Amino acid sequence: MNILHQFLEALRGLSSNKLRSMLTVLGIVIGVAAVIAMLAIGRGAQNSISNSIESIGTNLLYVYSGNRNVENLINPKPLTLNDAQALTDLVSAPSVFRAAPVLQGQGDVSYSGESTNTSILGVTSDFALVTNLKASEGELISDQHITSRAAVAVIGIDVAKSLFGRSDNLVGETIRVEGQPFRVIGVLESKGGSGFGSEDNRILVPLTTAQSRLIKRASLDQVDTIYVQAVDANSVSKAMEEVTQVLGSRHHNEVGKEDFSVLNQQDILSIASSITNVLTIFLGGIAAISLLVGGIGIMNIMFVSVTERTREIGLRKAVGARKLDIMIQFLVESSVLSLIGGLIGILLAWGIATVVGRIAAASGVDIRPTIQLDMVLLATLFSAGVGIFFGFYPSLRAANLQPVEALRSE
Amino acid sequence: MNGIVIESKNLVKNYRMGKILVEALRGVSLEIQRGEVIAIMGPSGSGKSTLMNLLGCLDRPTSGEYILDGENVSRLSDNKLAMIRNRKVGFIFQSFNLLPRVSAMENVELPLRYSGVNHHRQRAQQALEAVGLADRMKHRPSELSGGEQQRVAIARALVNNPAIVMADEPTGNLDSKSGREIMDLLLSLNRERQMTVIIVTHDPSIASQTQRVIRLRDGLVEEAA
Repeated sequence: MNILHQFLEALRGLSSNKLRSMLTVLGIVIGVAAVIAMLAIGRGAQNSISNSIESIGTNLLYVYSGNRNVENLINPKPLTLNDAQALTDLVSAPSVFRAAPVLQGQGDVSYSGESTNTSILGVTSDFALVTNLKASEGELISDQHITSRAAVAVIGIDVAKSLFGRSDNLVGETIRVEGQPFRVIGVLESKGGSGFGSEDNRILVPLTTAQSRLIKRASLDQVDTIYVQAVDANSVSKAMEEVTQVLGSRHHNEVGKEDFSVLNQQDILSIASSITNVLTIFLGGIAAISLLVGGIGIMNIMFVSVTERTREIGLRKAVGARKLDIMIQFLVESSVLSLIGGLIGILLAWGIATVVGRIAAASGVDIRPTIQLDMVLLATLFSAGVGIFFGFYPSLRAANLQPVEALRSE
Repeated sequence: MNGIVIESKNLVKNYRMGKILVEALRGVSLEIQRGEVIAIMGPSGSGKSTLMNLLGCLDRPTSGEYILDGENVSRLSDNKLAMIRNRKVGFIFQSFNLLPRVSAMENVELPLRYSGVNHHRQRAQQALEAVGLADRMKHRPSELSGGEQQRVAIARALVNNPAIVMADEPTGNLDSKSGREIMDLLLSLNRERQMTVIIVTHDPSIASQTQRVIRLRDGLVEEAA
């Protein structure tokens, strides 16, 4: 018996019970589609996050208070403006080019009835230089704004759109930040894609203004993050060492027990991708459960099919079918069921990925779900495997039927 | 070509039904010559179905020897028995047992597909012509009358040129006219092809058309006429 004939016979058998076969296939379709769609969305998120991290610049370090690599760290000292100042010392930290202290908070921004919640960054004039920001119109935060504690703001393009409905001709408008009036002095050029905390959905205000009016911390000179720019991309690791040394001695830390963390771009990328990996595996795992349920559906229907066709099995055995012949007949049938399910599932997953991509794009999130060949292969193999695995026991039962009893059944 | 095609020595078959041991056959010895037409008769419970299962190699005896066409098949494995059935035994059932979804032609081809021979189509065609169904090859069983369906089953039984044909109440589901036609067909195939035919029946009018009747009672051969 050749396999093509078996295949055609399986199709004929399945099509004689169309509704039942379709419902069984549906279980696999949903399982496969869910698995692929989840993997695709996960990979899309991963791509988008790493793109946005890379777009900030590669010779950048982030310093923040606290260190999860040190056990029993009690009361880490906050970072201060003086810490940032010390990092720019040419003698003790020659590889550091600029250090930009940042206060970061979340708040409501409004303009004549329109309101949005956004991140508020208190920055110095160095911030734009360190993170490679440009204004699409107007100007950025300057040293003069810092000294005068001016109530001015540079707004991100998403904020501009949600408050004003446009992204140009905004300089001179007055917006309210946490209820206080701020004059718009510039609009940030779009950074494009982003995952969490969009680069375009934030406003910048002078650090001094933020300290005194918007983002209150325990002490006036406390900052949340210091962005450090190394002299060039090659001196990033050297700059890390210098930052650790300078701040470690300022905070009186033992070596290796610093109460702050220094991260570079690569660290952040790998943290982000490990988070999205966990997320993808988690989502894929949940989706895989539905594939498992689909597989059990196949097993169930194969048992029904074997029981229904006991007489046919008896006849086939009477005219000379061996165990293997019967086994293959039913295995081909269950594999055909799950393969058809797998193929339809791939198409459905492609549809879901497209729709999710559209929805994400429409709501301003840049996630492009990507279906790649490896996922399709994985899903196809997996669904065929499901068919064989869950078809195995019913097929074995069919193959082991005794011809005498099978022929006697009604 | 004459000679012994079936020889059984002291066939015993016991099986369990729950906790009760049923002695279905208690030592059956018989010989059947090639080309004979034989009826196996007996009241229900006499063991005639069990004997047919053993002679058709659908089952193995508990003890005793069974030699079919010169080969001792009493203790072969399931797969070996399947091959013996495929090559040496043709089955005709009371309820035809045709595959409902495929044509007459494909039903007749079925044994050939498990035997790995070539020219399926040609041999199936010849078998269907031999039973007078040359114009019904593409029909499905549901499109055929009972008598025609049984002819398809006969064609299926003889497509592999078996040593014996086992017919279990072949006319039991047919009206008397179709039943007579089927019997005539079996008898003429016997005459033309020297085919050995074993018919299990409890209909005396069928048995009277055969050359010899083996009567079973309580798992033993009662008399050999």
